[in-house]
Amino acid sequence: MRATVPDDRLEAELPAPPDALVQLLDPEGRRRSDPLYDPYVADLTGDDLLALLDDLIVVRRIDVEATALQRQGQLGLWPPLLGQEAAQVGSARALRADDFVFSSYRENGVAYCRGVELPAIVEVWRGTAQAGWNPYDVNMATPQIVIGAQTLHAVGYAVGCRHDGVDTATITYFGDGATTQGDVNEAMVFAASFGAPVVFFCQNNHWAISEPVGLQAQRPIAERAPGFGIPSMRVDGNDVLAVLAATRRALERAHRGDGPSFIEAVTYRMGPHTTSDDPTRYVDPLEREAWSAKDPIQRLEAHLREAGILTDETSARIAAHADAIAAEFRAGCLALPNPAPLSVFDHVYAEPHRGLERQRAEQQAYLRSIGELEEAAE
Amino acid sequence: MTQLTLAKALNTGLRRALADDDRVVLLGEDIGQLGGVFRVTDGLQQEFGRERVMDMPLAESGIIGMAIGLAYRGFRPVCEIQFDGFIYPAFDQIVAQVAKLHYRTRGAVRMPITIRVPFGGGIGAVEHHSESPEAYFAHTAGLRVVTCSTPQDAHTMLRQAIACDDPVLFFEPKRRYWTKGEVDESFEHAFDRARVVVEGADVTLVAYGPLVATAIDAAVAASDEGVSVEVIDLRSLSPLDLDTVEASVRKTGRLVITHEAAQFGGLGAELAASITDRCFVHLEAAPARVTGFDTPYPSARAEEHFLPDLDRILDGVDRALGRPSARDLLLTSGGAR
Ligand SMILES: Cc1ncc(C[n+]2csc(CCOP(=O)(O)OP(=O)(O)O)c2C)c(N)n1
Ligand SMILES: [Mg+2]
Repeated sequence: MRATVPDDRLEAELPAPPDALVQLLDPEGRRRSDPLYDPYVADLTGDDLLALLDDLIVVRRIDVEATALQRQGQLGLWPPLLGQEAAQVGSARALRADDFVFSSYRENGVAYCRGVELPAIVEVWRGTAQAGWNPYDVNMATPQIVIGAQTLHAVGYAVGCRHDGVDTATITYFGDGATTQGDVNEAMVFAASFGAPVVFFCQNNHWAISEPVGLQAQRPIAERAPGFGIPSMRVDGNDVLAVLAATRRALERAHRGDGPSFIEAVTYRMGPHTTSDDPTRYVDPLEREAWSAKDPIQRLEAHLREAGILTDETSARIAAHADAIAAEFRAGCLALPNPAPLSVFDHVYAEPHRGLERQRAEQQAYLRSIGELEEAAE
Repeated sequence: MTQLTLAKALNTGLRRALADDDRVVLLGEDIGQLGGVFRVTDGLQQEFGRERVMDMPLAESGIIGMAIGLAYRGFRPVCEIQFDGFIYPAFDQIVAQVAKLHYRTRGAVRMPITIRVPFGGGIGAVEHHSESPEAYFAHTAGLRVVTCSTPQDAHTMLRQAIACDDPVLFFEPKRRYWTKGEVDESFEHAFDRARVVVEGADVTLVAYGPLVATAIDAAVAASDEGVSVEVIDLRSLSPLDLDTVEASVRKTGRLVITHEAAQFGGLGAELAASITDRCFVHLEAAPARVTGFDTPYPSARAEEHFLPDLDRILDGVDRALGRPSARDLLLTSGGAR
């Protein structure tokens, strides 16, 4: 087990100066020592590091496969996370099984790490359901599409955990664009006022569709949280070790009952906003190129090769694992059944609703009248 | 049985709900030490503590959003929106989240959230304190919308709303908060069933919330003229208890609907369409609506010209009976239709 460090320094370092980017692996894969954050990853063995690499590669492979499925007409839409793998894997792998996640639509890498079934990840995007999984099965709410709305749910859940006397932490993911939303700002006030055990995890991928982060914030986003009374960290979001360390630190605070924390993971959206987007209309190719030199997978690979942990053989094994997952993902996606006609009426209410029952009966009669309803298919 | 004001009946309802189920928590602005601006939560924080009766930072979206997280965790939150006109900052969390989470998750996540809203006018208030926004919510699938008109119903229905596994918008007729009536805590009725308040034979008059009392007055006045009015208190606006209204209209053949909210796209329109659909051949006249106008709620000293009152309701009754009414003046004078 990793050592826990006394944590009074978290407050002491506020407000986070903009250049204080936590980085444990530089873009070339060199290990940078950091006395504050090193202890949070000191327990990682070679196998643990390889497991992180495997996660990063698998998550990217799923993402690429999903984009292909969309291009082939099998998905209506897909929001690629290309470039954000380390931010998602590093934070998700810091969580305990009982910690609860409230995310946006882009955190499909987090969903994978939480153990969501592969086809379930894609249901929303194929259009067979509005939520792919039961949140309580994996302690992760299903993707939130209304920007920022989930941050308040996280605070409520966290306050509920405290009422229940458990030390479960809650983490909420949102983007740089979301930080402008009223809900996110309300969530930070509420979390601070109630001392909620919640981690605000902002992936600053530099874009909100076509709007650059400079339109949302004139100062580093991480600087906002201290104004709410929330300790804040700014980490290199393409460095899986830094993200893991920072999230562990924030979770430790939450588990200990010391209240909320904020993490800005500085990363870059290497793909389009979604498969419907055309980033050539607004992204400067030079900026994107500069970020491709900071790729999260390359740097961990370089580090592990240098350390003699990653061999050609292991590399091939990971690639084969990623391909197998992708094949399973694709097959699971294609096998998802279309919803039955009358299922549109299901689960609107938990208890019987007279008006809706009548409407359902009328639609059922209509479908029968045109021969579109087999008794069995209802 | 005891005589209570409607506000006190709500207060005792909340107290019972808090005592019966330790997952019930109250969230709102000024509901703790102060007991709410209408004192509906008076004494509850003192009795149940700050964790169960929570004074919230001043943000309505935040209150509902946090209630959602508590519901995820298995709590039964009861939120107070301080006034009708301040529910709009929470609109997204109510219609896009509270209403849809059960559907979205195919029944995995329940949202047993009660949202209490003092609503309606007639108290001489400044802007944003007299509105009737119920139709927005009745239009939203996944929500139940109810309103009470008596202390007994206030107590019973609030406890039913809290016990309900669906989200409930609970509209409280604020100008009737001080109305007194008998309250029997053990009384029960079907939560979503309308109530025939006055039996009658000639016209069905449907009202809810603050206008039920006005409708009863109208029935008394009409009976002086030999017209027998059946008054129905809808109680539930979603779902609508069309069966009860239909049974009445089959008997009377005439329907008048009254509400404070604007007419266009309101509950009256829905009721008129549904009842016409169900019992067209039993109707002797087109359903008549007597409502607030399609204007913003006016200033306090003009509200008497906006709110349906006894005389306007009686005019609507005349219209439904095919008797001379103000509408005839409009037609004969060649005014706009
Ligand atoms: C309330 C709301 N407004 C607008 C949108 C449309 N929209 C979807 S994603 C998006 C950009 C969000 O940017 P950011 O928060 O940075 O997250 P990212 O997409 O970069 O992950 C917008 C405007 C929305 N989903 N919700
Ligand atoms: Mg963004």
